[in-house]
Amino acid sequence: MREGSLLEMRGIYKSFPGVKALQNVDFTLRKGEIHALMGENGAGKSTLIKVLTGVHVKDEGEIFIKGHEGAVQIRSPQEAQRVGISTVYQEISLCPNLSVAENIFIGRGKGLKVNWREMNRRSAELLDSLGIAVKPTQQLASCSIAVQQMIAIARAVDMECSVLILDEPTSSLDESEVAKLFKLMRQLKDRGVGIIFVTHFLDQVYEVCDRITVLRDGQLVGEYEIESLPRVQLVSKMLGKELDDMADIKNDSAKFTDDGGTPVYEAQNLCSTEGIKPFDFSIKRGEVNGFTGLLGSGRSECVRAIYGADPVTSGTVKMNGTPVKITKPKDAMKNGIAYLPEDRKRDGIVGDLSVRENIILALQVKTGFFRPFSKAKATEFAEKYIKLLDIKTASVNTPIKSLSGGNQQKVILARWLLTDPKYLILDEPTRGIDVGTKVDIQKLVLKLASEGMSITFISSETDEMLRTCSRLLVMRDRKLVGELTGDQLTQNTIMETIAGGDRK
Amino acid sequence: MTKKLDPHGGGSAITGIFRNQIFIPFAALMLLAIFNLIADPSFFAITMNNNSAGYPVLSGQLITIIDNGSELAILAIGMTLVTASSRGQDISVGAAIAISGSVLLRVLCGTDTRPETMQAPIIVGFIVAAIAAMAFGAFNGVLVAYFRIQPMVATLILFTAGRSIAAWINNNELPIVPGEEFKYFGGYIPGIPVPTPFLIAILCFILTWLMLKFTNIGLYSQSVGINEKTSRLNGLNPELIKLTTYVILGLCVAVTGLIKVSRLSTINYSVIAKDIEMDAILAVALGGNSLSGGKFNMAASILGAYVIQFLTTTLYKFDVQATALPAYKAVVVIVLVVLSAPVVREKTARLAKKLRSSKTPAENHA
Repeated sequence: MREGSLLEMRGIYKSFPGVKALQNVDFTLRKGEIHALMGENGAGKSTLIKVLTGVHVKDEGEIFIKGHEGAVQIRSPQEAQRVGISTVYQEISLCPNLSVAENIFIGRGKGLKVNWREMNRRSAELLDSLGIAVKPTQQLASCSIAVQQMIAIARAVDMECSVLILDEPTSSLDESEVAKLFKLMRQLKDRGVGIIFVTHFLDQVYEVCDRITVLRDGQLVGEYEIESLPRVQLVSKMLGKELDDMADIKNDSAKFTDDGGTPVYEAQNLCSTEGIKPFDFSIKRGEVNGFTGLLGSGRSECVRAIYGADPVTSGTVKMNGTPVKITKPKDAMKNGIAYLPEDRKRDGIVGDLSVRENIILALQVKTGFFRPFSKAKATEFAEKYIKLLDIKTASVNTPIKSLSGGNQQKVILARWLLTDPKYLILDEPTRGIDVGTKVDIQKLVLKLASEGMSITFISSETDEMLRTCSRLLVMRDRKLVGELTGDQLTQNTIMETIAGGDRK
Repeated sequence: MTKKLDPHGGGSAITGIFRNQIFIPFAALMLLAIFNLIADPSFFAITMNNNSAGYPVLSGQLITIIDNGSELAILAIGMTLVTASSRGQDISVGAAIAISGSVLLRVLCGTDTRPETMQAPIIVGFIVAAIAAMAFGAFNGVLVAYFRIQPMVATLILFTAGRSIAAWINNNELPIVPGEEFKYFGGYIPGIPVPTPFLIAILCFILTWLMLKFTNIGLYSQSVGINEKTSRLNGLNPELIKLTTYVILGLCVAVTGLIKVSRLSTINYSVIAKDIEMDAILAVALGGNSLSGGKFNMAASILGAYVIQFLTTTLYKFDVQATALPAYKAVVVIVLVVLSAPVVREKTARLAKKLRSSKTPAENHA
């Protein structure tokens, strides 16, 4: 082990059936540093954390920890704790009905006897030293989420951890709470604790971290000092596209002609309960536009607000120039808006129902409770779209859950196309499906647009967005930060806008 | 490729039958029938006898089954819908029947417990009772749908309090409805040899069939039971749909209450429709419907209800003592429920396939 290192992971391999989650990954954490672990979803961040905390056992590789001779074996979360690795997860795993002091000491006593006075005194000391303003006897549930988060950290610190892992700790905190958390992190850093910080927020990384390790597709991209890695480079490393030698893909098929007419859909100051900043948005007939940004930047939340999928808190909406009220999905459907959700399994399919029932569902709801389609009519609808979209299913009676992912996606697409929408929102329609189907869906999007449908398209793959969209709205940290059209539609400008090059 | 993934596509007729939901209650019915046929064929005898009122009616064990199974079958309709949409069961139906029956008596008898004539037309009494039962159904539905309390916990409230409420409605007295007319609903209508409860049940089945055909209650309740999030994004109101199914169950309760009270012309608050909720839930399960909601098969549930009655009647026929009856019933039920479990059905179907393929290996490897 090198001088000054707290933790070294060397040549870590981990695979799951069909996936190589980690391949030859190295990671080093030094004493008194805050180290960001970055990567897109599926890059292997959480697998690496889970290997380190004993949730998963590594296939190959070695882990060294300061103060322990040779390589250590971490086979369970308990063992990880014993060697001084503590983790605070995004969801707080404390007991809300117990007091703060009880939460700090739970599961650590020896024997049955509890010295309450001692416990409260020591908790008070600990909280005081970390500057957390709560009483040890206070019930945990009465503290704010941020304070609960800090108590979880205090508990970890008191257990004499040398390595503290913070997994997305800021995602449910507001700005002032984040500031408090950062203050606490810096204090711990001064005490010599090494902190691994996992987050999607670029601003926060640059505010608090010393070093960055980037993973992509289960492999180590590199370890960088924060000063030597500008934001744009970080984004390009995460996405795996080098800035210089990237071939710009020209947008050749989407022909959007600005006819100056009234937008099909127009929203001002739209905001939902999901923590996005109010945004303005409009789309014209036959236009394909898209929301881009890193995962967690709020792009899905924006389209969900448009569709009324999350409770809308403010904003005015006009369809073809007429003010309308869209507060729930049914309102959106009545106004000719269709929404293909990001999480197909959770929000898209009705697993046990047949392909036929899944296809007719939305139109059926639109048609009304007392006007069900006959079985023959429903079968006719279903068969038409099975043919049109080339859905591979044994029959219309097959339960949708037994179809492959791509075919499930096509069924949901069919469901919305059947309603003949004026405005179609596709949130990650190509995620987790094979290349052939991806191309099919992109072609379909362009074909539909040429027929006059307005489409908003979201994808994690920038190539795909460039190929289909004529206008891109860029999101960062839950805020709409830019709009790109025409010549600006290149990988470079997108990345710069995502990274916030204008500010740093 | 897709064929392999699809449990309904391909495969022989045998595996298809094994996987068909209605197979289990149907097979159970057949087994019981064959058992009776071997043990004592007279079980199936149907004769025409004069009843106590002096006109000819059909009688026999089969008639007893379709007569006494009616209440359960009607309840099974509502219970199936509630199970599908709310992924849980209403255990308060027995108590709710007591309430609805008590309301009916209260309207028909007025303040006098032994009236000379009925104080209101039966139809008025039934409508008031139905409104009461549907209101209590709505109470359960609101707790389940809007307050998101687990169905069994939510309905535990009425399960506990229901029979007391029923007694309170009639000041804990037992009014007796005068006249023969009221007895028709639980007995026979003069000139018609078929027991009226069965006719009412048939009417309910037809209404249910019409409801499933001419409304979307089937699609909506299944969709909500399987994936609430998707349902909401497709414009459904999951809460309202769950509530609706509980109100429909309330209506089923009212009809059952009418039959039960009519059989006696009076009521016994602590005994009426006792434990019927468990049989109704069992009927749903025997029909091969998942008790954790989602897809349902109404015909299978109804058949399941009659299987339970068939079993009870068979046991009585063989002089099983009333006190020992539940134990015998339990054994049969365990076997049926295990057999109808999806895991077992899947395994059986696979076994059948294996047996087939071992006979003709060349065909499969080709």
